[in-house]
Amino acid sequence: MISIKNLHKSYPMGKDALHVLKGLDLEIKEGEFVSIMGSSGSGKSTLLNIVGLLDEHDSGEYYLNNQKIEKLDEKKAAILRNKFLGFVFQSFNLINYKNALENVALPLYYQGVGRKERNAIALDYLAKVGLKERANHLPNELSGGEKQRVAVARALVTKPKVILADEPTGALDSTTSSSVMELLKQINREGMTVFVITHEEDIAAQTDRIVRLKDGIIISDEKTVKNQ
Amino acid sequence: MRLLFDIDRWQEIFQTLQKNKLRTVLAGVTIAFAILLFTLLFGIGNGLKNSFAKSFNDDAINSIFIRTGQTTKPYRGLQSGRKIQFKNDDYAYLVEEFDENVQFVSARIYKNVRAIYKSEQNNYSLRAVHPDHQFLEKTVLQQGRYINNFDLQKKSKVIVIGRLVKEDLFNNRKALGENINLNGVSYKVVGVFTDDGGDNEERIIYMPITTAQAIYGNNDYIDQLNLTYNPVLELDEAISFGNLILKKFKEKHSIDPRDQAALSVSNMAEANKGVGQFMLVLNIIILFIGIGTLIAGIIGISNIMVYIVRERTKELGIRKAIGATPNSIIGMIMMESIFVTAIAGYSGLLIGVFTLKAIGKSLEDYFIINPSVENYVVVGATIILIIAGTIAGYIPAKRAARIKPIVALNDE
Repeated sequence: MISIKNLHKSYPMGKDALHVLKGLDLEIKEGEFVSIMGSSGSGKSTLLNIVGLLDEHDSGEYYLNNQKIEKLDEKKAAILRNKFLGFVFQSFNLINYKNALENVALPLYYQGVGRKERNAIALDYLAKVGLKERANHLPNELSGGEKQRVAVARALVTKPKVILADEPTGALDSTTSSSVMELLKQINREGMTVFVITHEEDIAAQTDRIVRLKDGIIISDEKTVKNQ
Repeated sequence: MRLLFDIDRWQEIFQTLQKNKLRTVLAGVTIAFAILLFTLLFGIGNGLKNSFAKSFNDDAINSIFIRTGQTTKPYRGLQSGRKIQFKNDDYAYLVEEFDENVQFVSARIYKNVRAIYKSEQNNYSLRAVHPDHQFLEKTVLQQGRYINNFDLQKKSKVIVIGRLVKEDLFNNRKALGENINLNGVSYKVVGVFTDDGGDNEERIIYMPITTAQAIYGNNDYIDQLNLTYNPVLELDEAISFGNLILKKFKEKHSIDPRDQAALSVSNMAEANKGVGQFMLVLNIIILFIGIGTLIAGIIGISNIMVYIVRERTKELGIRKAIGATPNSIIGMIMMESIFVTAIAGYSGLLIGVFTLKAIGKSLEDYFIINPSVENYVVVGATIILIIAGTIAGYIPAKRAARIKPIVALNDE
């Protein structure tokens, strides 16, 4: 599903360049539940942005769904994002003047799905995350956990290939964190590839595979030991 | 085209505008106010122009009047203080000498007469004239006819009376064909006229000049010569034509060329030139202020658009992350911008036009008559607005679409 070979990325800092990713190799198959661990500055967010087509890599190869990603213009990137990727952000990133239903339906609007149809689909997904009753509430009327579940529903609504979650529980307390993680696990059990970025060990432990990053290099990549 | 007629897209725009009332109102009021000012200024400017046009509407706009007085300088052995008297040969001289530059020409004799009809009587000014006089004074006939050449030849005792003369003497009864006694002589009414120059111009009686000369003096004296110059003449040509007339008549009557009082020529071309220059200056001022107001409005809307896009950076980032293409972002912002400018601008225009209508009457005391804007100005201003809205929306939209989604998402 995701195939990365010798990926490099640096950001210009004045006359020097900050070398963030120093030759990453990563293979993620369909249906995997992977977490990227690392302290801040390890390059994990940069990796997610590149995987999520929000940023471009400098060198190396990146295949998404067997399609080589290179020299994407904004339009192509937007279409690929809409088609293959669903995002869940730490700060939820809901549009504050749209209610839950409209937020979930928005990706479908950009796919050109008609209003009635997209609202029906969006309502299905809100039901899936247990928020059918909150469909007409604005984001500021929802709790943090509810906001994140709306964001998950929005990520799922286009039936993407991969869910990319950037610190999805970073802004949540432990109870709501575990409910969001449960939701992600459930999605994964239904066959979706889920790619989580986190710096919390207990969150990473709930995934199937942990990739540890340090200073732009993968230092370990192992299956988690399930103690059940 | 798909962009324009996509109902979904419009719904999206209406929602955005509706849910963000403050900034919509802010942008709208800026534009509406600019256009309101523009319309009011334009309207009041037009009102001033109308006043000027009206003040010069009484007589033909290409009139030249030649009047006589007394000499103030001795010349060629003639003493000063000599009264200059026009006679029929002056009229003939004018017609012959300046034929190609003259459109209409008439002599005038002034008299005050006492008019009696049955039991009614009143005093009026009498003007004895040539038939061309009708066009010189822009006299409009209500009933009957004007004085004609046949009357001149026959020295007929016929008169044309003003509308108010008829009202005074005849009330609502028929005046045509009736006989009025003027200073003891009986005349037949052959016409009734109206005149734009005001009430005084409608309390006048016209009669053939030959009749007046025969009856009231038995001479060939003339008080004044009036003419209109050929309208093909440019203003400058007309002014030098007026000066030529003055020079020739001074020669003819042996008047010192430097004598200012003995003979005067008042030429509408000179007044028109002054008015024309004044109008030009007025037009330039109006245009300047109007364009200034529009530019201020455009700058205002551009600033607000920049601010709006800045404020929405994060939202635009979210939209991009979930699949909005740069073009759809540009399209959305521009359509919002154009929509708001067009609606707000048009409302400002309507309010402006309406205000002008409402206060128009009360401005007449301030030398402003019928302040209004022409249709082409209305349409032009609306088009300029839409173009301004497009430009004002395009620049920030373009920039917004270029922001990387990752940068926009980190924007707090």
